[in-house]
This record gives sequence, structure tokens and C-alpha cells, in this order.
Amino acid sequence: MQNTSINFKRQVTIKLADVRLQDALSRLQTRFVEGRSAVIGEIHDLQETRNAAAEIRDRVLNDLEHWLLHFERQATARGAIVHWAETGEEANRIVAEIAAQHGVRSASKSKSMVSEECGLNDALEQAGVKVTETDLGEYILQLAREAPSHIVAPVVHKNKEEISDLFADKHRLPRKSGIAELCREAREVLRPAFLNADMGISGGNFLVAETGSVLIVTNEGNGRLVTTLPRVHVAITGIEKVVPTLEDVTTLLRLLPRSATGQSITNYVSVLTGVKAKEDQDGPEHFHIILLDNGRSSLIGGEMQEMLRCIRCGACMNHCPVYQNIGGHAYGWVYPGPMGSILTPLLGGIEKSPDLPNASTFCGACAAVCPVKIPLPDLLRKLREKQVQRGMKSRQEMFMLKAWAWLALHPRIYALATRMAVRIMSMLGGKDKLIHRLPAAAGWTDGRDFPAPTGMTFREMYRKEKSQ
Amino acid sequence: MNARDKILGRIREGRSRMQTDIPMENVARHLAWHPRGPFPPPHNDLAACFKERAIKLSSDVLETNDRTEVPELLARYLGERELPMRGVCWPSLAGLPWSAAGLDMQIRPATDQDLVGATGAFCAIAETGTLMLLSGEQTPATTSLLPETHVAVVDPRRIVATMEDAWDLMRKESNQPPRAVNFISGPSRTADIEQTVTLGAHGPYRVLLILAPA
Repeated sequence: MQNTSINFKRQVTIKLADVRLQDALSRLQTRFVEGRSAVIGEIHDLQETRNAAAEIRDRVLNDLEHWLLHFERQATARGAIVHWAETGEEANRIVAEIAAQHGVRSASKSKSMVSEECGLNDALEQAGVKVTETDLGEYILQLAREAPSHIVAPVVHKNKEEISDLFADKHRLPRKSGIAELCREAREVLRPAFLNADMGISGGNFLVAETGSVLIVTNEGNGRLVTTLPRVHVAITGIEKVVPTLEDVTTLLRLLPRSATGQSITNYVSVLTGVKAKEDQDGPEHFHIILLDNGRSSLIGGEMQEMLRCIRCGACMNHCPVYQNIGGHAYGWVYPGPMGSILTPLLGGIEKSPDLPNASTFCGACAAVCPVKIPLPDLLRKLREKQVQRGMKSRQEMFMLKAWAWLALHPRIYALATRMAVRIMSMLGGKDKLIHRLPAAAGWTDGRDFPAPTGMTFREMYRKEKSQ
Repeated sequence: MNARDKILGRIREGRSRMQTDIPMENVARHLAWHPRGPFPPPHNDLAACFKERAIKLSSDVLETNDRTEVPELLARYLGERELPMRGVCWPSLAGLPWSAAGLDMQIRPATDQDLVGATGAFCAIAETGTLMLLSGEQTPATTSLLPETHVAVVDPRRIVATMEDAWDLMRKESNQPPRAVNFISGPSRTADIEQTVTLGAHGPYRVLLILAPA
């Protein structure tokens, strides 16, 4: 998928004014945020479980080479073929080669964000393979030729009327208006795609090193269908998804669905190991696992390594006041919200996403809900530091930072300046005690109101309190 | 140099920047030990807990002490819902008196045309109300997947507390995982349209669990 995060600011203005999107986003907030909080407490000892989950992820990342090699050995022993891809293009080429090798004409696919990174569908279509997305949300997006706007609920930006219109237009069937009817129609339209596909494509939520298994979590059952019926199964995932043992993955499974959709467990958890045995009644004869790097390996051993703990639950975006107001498309690539604001610059180049590290209020909600305790605001701050070091900030912003630094080193002048500033600013605030326009920072106040100070600095108030 | 070598080379290079030095033996040690993370305290009535959680996830649950009554219970369940009285079942259920209950159950894997699929279960998990099915010659995965109604006959003595217990049972009874381990927790569902949960996506519309001792 093309990275268009350079257009972030322009997109934000458009998204804030999009009434339908705003309506859809408020729904996400109630369903996912409330859903999580209703079930997260079911976990016997949540903090201890989060600590254990972070430890499991760190154990792998601190020794990724050995865990990957063990996974590869176990998977290969069971008849799977493991491929390594440095970039999205390389992954696409490998899948196209597998398709050609097995005479594949059509593929059914379950949801995979890693395949979105690669733009796999377009590449396969060019290679003459018809790809059908079978996750309901991804299927809707494939019909509408749009990109996902959320990593768990990809079509969160569309309401059911839009989907009704789309189905009526593309399926050439009478327009359905109920959600259950729409789901039924999609099931019936997609059945032949499952039954006739030569190849199934899935992602992989986890790779279990102990057994060489690919684990996928799904609700719709499409993940099971695409990995059971076609004679070839291709699983594509990131190199960081390895987990040591079945026990370790179980700990992560207590957190993932609860954090993502407020479910204590997803409908289906499938642990797929190797190819169909001779006596088996079903299952693929060929199983290919593609491990994508695409920039991940260069984060190992660096100050951003913690980002690779991510298990893609989406809780950080569901709870983010920025995501809640602009949705996923504004972020310009596969991953939105706080995790995307970090991953997109890291995997796609910091110069191409100048606004993303700044698209945060640093409220800390993302870090508070992250099941694997990624210090997301800290990582965003580190990216901002990198931007300053590389001189990516505007001359005006650099001047302001330098001026503030000088003031901070001169306490008396600082006290005088802040005393003057709060008094002027308190006068600027109208009846609502909000400043709608700051002359020196008009760009900043275009999209925000500044709460007016009450007329005293902290130090003045402190002195007053102390003397009383 | 191929992609594999380049990727592993970068990982090795990154790791050399870290302070820690981790020997390869750690991998083997952790695998041999496979420690458990934090898990909930065991419930004293596993069957009751399993039932309660399964119902919460929209499975239907029936119980009998006499396994030969299973066909009767299924026939009544299907009749009440005006569903067809025929389907497919696993070989392990072939001996049940299906035709006496008015059911036509064939012993073969399911195809797209089959509307009822009857399976057993390797075990069940009380913590989440989940079935654990292992694929194999006698236990085809399609039976629990393609039909609109999935009925699973569960031996209450095969209900374990947690998924960790289920893994231990699997390690004890078969030395390696089968091609597919499927954990099933109720009928297939989607919430992709307006985050509204709708039962019956691409898998079964309903899951009936019949607790009956083997």
C-alpha cells in the first residue's frame, strides 16, 4: 500500500468535517472502548498478565534470530515451506511464484494487515490470479476499492446504508437494509469463492516456535475456510510474530480479543501445523509461510525495539482522542492510531511522515490500555527528538524552542516573562475562558482552542498557598 | 546473499548492540520448561462453569446422563427450529441410534450441501466455554465448519479448566499437534457492519453442545 501520510494535515481537515465519519467513529468508541472495559477485568490478575505478556514478547525480540530459526526448523519438519521476504515486493513475487507453481487461478483470502503492507492483491491480479477477500469488512472494501481504516474493524468508516447501496450495485440483487440480511447475502455470494479457490491466503497472528505452527484468530469462520478447503495455503506475517510456546501464546490470547473487541475469546482460534497427512480427510497439500521483514529487523537492538511487541489488537487507536476524531484513513498507510504513528515512520521512513509523531496529545491512554505495555508516548517522543536532530522542524518552531530553552536557563527573566504572558492571555480569553486565536501561533489555534490562564503563574500561586 | 541471510544478519547485528548476551541454550531450556503465565484460579465445578460461559457466547447447551439419548435431544432441537433432520457425523458417533430418532446421519466429512454436522470434541475448556477439536482421519475439520448447525457431543469428564490444561492433555495423548487444532466458542459471527454483532457469518449459525458421558 502506498504511504500517503505526508498529506496528514490536509486529510485531518477533511475528516473532521465528514459528518458520516464522525457518526461512525462515535459508534466505535462506545462498542470497542466499553466492550473492552466490560471484560478486561475478567482476567484474574490483569497487571501481572500484562507484565507476563510483555516479557514473552521481549524474550523473543531479544533473541529473535534463534527463535525464528527454531520456528523454521519445526515448521519445515512438518512439511511447511518457509520463505523470507525483505520487502513487500519480494513477498508479492514469492506468492505469485507459488501460485504459478501450483497452477492457481483463484485465491480466497482472510484478513491480513501484512498483505496490505505489500499490496498483495494488486500484485496477484497482475499475475493473473483472481483474489477474493472473504472477511466481511475486507470484502466490502474490495468491492468499494478502498483501504481499511482500522486494523481490527477495517470498514468502521462506512455505515450500513452505504453498504446496502454498494451490495445492491455490485451484487445486482434487491437492496437489503438490515445488517443480518446483508451478512447473509455476503455469505451466499462468497460461498463459491471458498469452494472453488485453488489457494487460500491468510495472515498469522502468532507463529509458535515450539510446534512450527501458524495461529490465527477469527470470528467469521472465513479464516478456517481458506485454510481448510483450498489445496494450497499461504500464510503471510511479520518476522516479529514468533512466540516461544503454546503456554506463552495462551497468555497472549487472554489479552488479545479482550483488548481488541471486548471478547473473552474469539470465535475461532486455529493452530495450523504442517500439511495434510496422508490419512487426513481435509486440509491443504501445500503450506507456505512467508516471513516479511519490511524494516522490522532494523529496529532490533535499538531504542524503538519495544514497538515490535505489538500484537495488533487496536486498543491504542480505539482509546486515542486523535484517532477518535479523524479515523484511520488520515494516517495515510496500513496502520493508524498511536501504533501507526510510530510504525509508519519507522517502516516507511521518518521523512515521509513528518506529522504522524506529532499527532498525539500525549494523554497516555494508549499506553494505559496496551496489553503488551508498549510505552507508546515515549516512543512518539523519541521520534519527535529524531525529527529535531534531523532538522525536520520549521525555522519558526526551532526558533521558539531555542527561545524557550534560553528563557528556562534564566529563571528571573523566565518568571517575569511568564507573569506578563499569563496576564495578557487571561485577558484574551473571553466569557468562555478560551482563546480562539493566538496571534503568534495562528496555525496552532486554527484547529484548537487554548484554555485561558486564570491570571497567575504556578510559582505565584505556590508562594501564595505557602504564605497562607 | 539471500533474503533469509540478510534479515538474520541485520537481527544479529542489532542484537550485538544490546548489552545482554543470550546463549542459544536459553531457547531449548524455555521450550523444555514451557512455563505457564498467570491463569485464573480453578473453578470447583468445571461442567457448570463451562456451560455458563458457553451460553454467554451464544452456544446452546443440553445435557443427558445417557449417551443413547443424544439423537433424541438433537431431533427435538432441530424440530423446534424447523431444521432438516439429516446431516453428517464423525465415525465416533456412528453407533448412536440416529434413525430411531428420525434422523438421517451419514458418516463422512461435510460438503457444502450438508446442513447439520455432528462431532465429538478432544476436550472442552471451562474458562471460556470453548471446544477443542483436533483434525484427523476420524475427525474431519469440515464437519464443524461447513454446515449451518454444528452439534458437538462433549464428555463432561473431558472438560478442563484452562487452555494450558488442554495443551497438557494434547501433549500427553498425542505427541505432536495435528494439522489443525480448532478452538470453537459458539456460532460464527461478525461485527464488521456498524460494530453490531450478527451471528452466522461464514461458519455455523448455531452451535449445540450436548453434554453426555462417553
